[in-house]
Amino acid sequence: MPLTQQDIDAEIAAEHAAYARRVADGAPVEHHPRRDYAPYRSSALRHPRQPPVTIDVRRDPELVELRSPAFGERDLSAVDDDLTRHHHGEPIGERITVSGRLLDRQGRPVRGQLVEIWQANAAGRYAHRREQHDAPLDPNFTGVGRTLTGPDGSYRFTTVRPGPYPWRNHVGAWRPAHIHFSLFGPAFTQRLVTQMYFPNDPLFRYDPILQSVTDDAARQRLVAVYDHGLSVPEFSLGYRWDIVLDGPDATWIEEGR
Amino acid sequence: MTTTDPGGPGTALPTPSHTVGPFYGYALPFPGGGDIAPLGHPDTLTLRGYVYDGAGDPLPDAFLELWGPDPAGNVPDVDGSLRRDQATGGHLGRNGVEFTGWGRVQTDADGHWYARTLRPGARGRSAPYVSVCVFARGLLTHLFTRIYLPDDEAALAADPLLSRLPDARRDTLVAARERDGVYRFDIRLQGEGETVFLEFA
Repeated sequence: MPLTQQDIDAEIAAEHAAYARRVADGAPVEHHPRRDYAPYRSSALRHPRQPPVTIDVRRDPELVELRSPAFGERDLSAVDDDLTRHHHGEPIGERITVSGRLLDRQGRPVRGQLVEIWQANAAGRYAHRREQHDAPLDPNFTGVGRTLTGPDGSYRFTTVRPGPYPWRNHVGAWRPAHIHFSLFGPAFTQRLVTQMYFPNDPLFRYDPILQSVTDDAARQRLVAVYDHGLSVPEFSLGYRWDIVLDGPDATWIEEGR
Repeated sequence: MTTTDPGGPGTALPTPSHTVGPFYGYALPFPGGGDIAPLGHPDTLTLRGYVYDGAGDPLPDAFLELWGPDPAGNVPDVDGSLRRDQATGGHLGRNGVEFTGWGRVQTDADGHWYARTLRPGARGRSAPYVSVCVFARGLLTHLFTRIYLPDDEAALAADPLLSRLPDARRDTLVAARERDGVYRFDIRLQGEGETVFLEFA
């Protein structure tokens, strides 16, 4: 029997209920997905069964994981942050500006760090050979960008709004439109890869990847807000999305925590 | 990165992790991503291995990031891993002279990866190791592990992490020497011989 959306919906609901029970029993809030999340079928054989071994960084301030690789201006070229200008012509789609700040758990800006993004085009097609969705490729859009955060932790990209696309998790599976983000902080422990979504997408409730974040408030933090002040007149619509990196860094030690 | 709230001092709530999915291949990998060692450096070593899933099948769509100190144990603060050509926007590659300490390598269609980097020096109380972060489709949150080198048994025995682990688990973190300067390190995501993965708190 092929898996249906109803099967996946039931599994998603069961995972949410299990999380609600854990919290009611006093377990901590889970900000990140569990790696073992059955509704996302690809996780079945790819999650460790053993719990991770915890390293208390306060006991060893010399750990290389408390430092991070450096990136600089020579790692970028001039229009890397404008995905609409990587080819000779204009890409098709709704032009958008995506901007926000990269912060740490203390709310401090993360400066001068690398932000990489990738996405489908306006029709929901990735420029990847293994992509089988028969939406058209856009010869004027690849969908890859990068930038460095500014002194206030800010980043800004110009791109087109990606389309939703079908995938083969189950019959009728569609991913809500999203942009992939890859981020570095001042410590390698803070490494983050995630996805930004657009507000009010009707596909949210059906998507096992978004729903793998079982905490409602945490899930909401993956959704950008429309920000009219970021919209550029006669040019683009603006979305604001701040990103907060988790994990300890060297200042946890300096501050005696 | 932890899967539960570490109860830390944070005032800002973290952005959840998500999988990299299957289509990062035209965005994140870059030519020479695993050629971390400067050209001709005498302390160059080759690390290679496979990434396996719980059925024992190699992953053709994973990537690793490697991050380690130089042979003296110093952490590089050198950019230029991803140097771009300002005229075309394409990748220039590393300059072959500076050591950034960081690289990114994909598994190939056989699930095999390799990198050439400098032999890491010891830092603090730890035996020498290279930090590894594993990403893949199906992995909702990346995984940290470490590649320790097998050459100095006394240092390994004194390492604060390795000394906490039962032998069978400890051995998953120590590369096997194949020949001079070439080490094999397989990563098993699940099941028998499962690699030890780390979280930092």
